[in-house]
This record gives sequence, structure tokens and C-alpha cells, in this order.
Amino acid sequence: MTPHHDDDEHVHTARIVRPYALTAGRTRASIDLPVEAIIEQQPRATEREWSEHDQVGQIVSACAGRTSVAEISAAVHLPLGVVRVLLGDLVEQGYLKVAATTLTDTSSTDVRQDLIERTLRGLRAI
Amino acid sequence: MDFGPSSPPPGAASTKIVVAGGFGVGKTTLVGAVSEIVPLRTEALVTNESSGVDDLAATPMKSTTTVAMDFGRITLGDDLVLYLFGTPGQRRFWFMWDDLVRGAIGAVVIVDTERLDEAFAAIDYFEAKGLPFIVAVNEFDGARRFPVEEVREALALPADTPVMTIDARDRGSAKAALIRVTEYALERITGMRTSVPQY
Repeated sequence: MTPHHDDDEHVHTARIVRPYALTAGRTRASIDLPVEAIIEQQPRATEREWSEHDQVGQIVSACAGRTSVAEISAAVHLPLGVVRVLLGDLVEQGYLKVAATTLTDTSSTDVRQDLIERTLRGLRAI
Repeated sequence: MDFGPSSPPPGAASTKIVVAGGFGVGKTTLVGAVSEIVPLRTEALVTNESSGVDDLAATPMKSTTTVAMDFGRITLGDDLVLYLFGTPGQRRFWFMWDDLVRGAIGAVVIVDTERLDEAFAAIDYFEAKGLPFIVAVNEFDGARRFPVEEVREALALPADTPVMTIDARDRGSAKAALIRVTEYALERITGMRTSVPQY
């Protein structure tokens, strides 16, 4: 199959970047963080100063209200993979936590059905 | 700025629906029509050897490609947030979908009847993954209208895969597509429960 639409507006080719320098080359997060996972600060996060000039500080600030991994990535202008590694570290260090359930490959049928039913009720009500 | 989070309600959950389709088919338009926020953009990185590369520091000058995803949010109550992720439909982005579809309720594949072939990759992928999906024919101004059954046939879709026409710009229409895929995901679960389990 011949590739087409290489002019896709969403794809910027041949950009040389080293975003994983921030993660010392790690590309896998220490915990499983789907893009829709909601993250919030732990009390410990407010007990120290975070620099607004470094990305870790910006990530912690972005989590002041409950917000998703994807929204954090958009807010700090870092690729999803990089944000996930940094978020994983901050969760392991006790500064942030995952604040809502998400479906996973191992979710039971009951859990899956319950969440889908809640979503359906919610969508019908908006 | 908040001074700290309030406790999440018990049972708080977040979930997602994936919106796939070819270039310019209306993915971000649909997300924007129903999202409570202006769609945000996030990027995923692609390297030419995206599988099996754990240590990019070892190849610091590797050229990378970024793929943008636009996404929106719908708060469905105190304890539930639905995210909508628009994703490019081409086969070369499959590596990204593996991550994106994990835990998704389902997917809406938007098609343009002038370029039906652009939907094949997404449909093949979701079928292979067993992710519930619907096909939404975006009726552009001036686009030729096809009966949905013709679209179903052209895309070789199973009889039970929902096909509907939408106007991706219209909130009610976008919402109807989300409701349909969610209903279909639920039917698939309840259908599995009432039929003889197959292993």
C-alpha cells in the first residue's frame, strides 16, 4: 500500500528532539497511567516549593485541581510519554496520586458494565 | 489557583471514547462540537524504531516524529469525566492506538463517503482488538449522500455494527454518535452475558 497524506497537518516529520533527556532516557512510566487517568496532588505536594521554571514543578502545579494525564501533557507542552514517566515518579514519591478509576484490560465485566451504564446515563442527560 | 484538592467522590471514574478517521474527516470538529472545553492538543512521539526502543539516550540524534492528538472533555457528573480522543486513522499510527484504546469504551470511526478507503485501517484495527466501534458518515455540505447500507457493504461491516449519518459540527449529532457507541458497547457486554460463553 502506498503511503499517502504525508502532508497531514498533524505530523511534523524529521524534527530532532531530545524530550526524554528530562527522564534520563526512560520511556516507560513506573506505574500504568492511561491518558484519561485523573491525577491530583497529595498534601505532601503543598509542603514544598516547586519551581515554575522546571517541567516537574509545572506538572505538579497543573495537578492542583484534579486533571487528566492528557490535560497535563497539553498544559506543560510535553509529549504524553515524557509526562507519564515524570508523573509516575511523582506518584511514587508521594506528591501526586491517581484520583479516579479507569477501565483496564483486567477490569471485570461488572466494573466495565457499571462504568458504561453511568456514561450512557450521563451522555443522555447532557 | 486552588490551594489543594478536595477529596474525590467515592466511585470517581474517568473514561474515554476514541474518535478515529482519515485526515480532515471531522474528528476534531466532532470533539469540539460536544466537548465542554476547546479541544486541547497533545503529542505522542514516534521514532522510526518505536518498538523495542527503551533507551533513547543511547541514540540522542535519532530523528523523531510527533503525532498530535486533539482531545476534549465532558463532565458527566461529580464523579465521572468522559474524554474524547481524536486520532489519525492511518495504519502507521497503530503503535499509538495500542496505548490509546486500552480501557476505552469504544470508538467512533468517522468516514467521508468520497474517501471510504481511509477508514479501512481503523476498522481493521478495532475489529482485531475487539473494541466496539460504530461508523459515522459525516455528511459534508455538498457531499453525495449514500444510504448507510451501501456504506456498510462498501466497508464490509458485520450486520450488527452500527452505521449512522452525522453532522460533526452539530452538538446534538455528535452527542448521538457518542450515545450510540456507548449503547453498542453495553449491548456487546450484555449480549455476551446472555449467550453461551465461547472460549
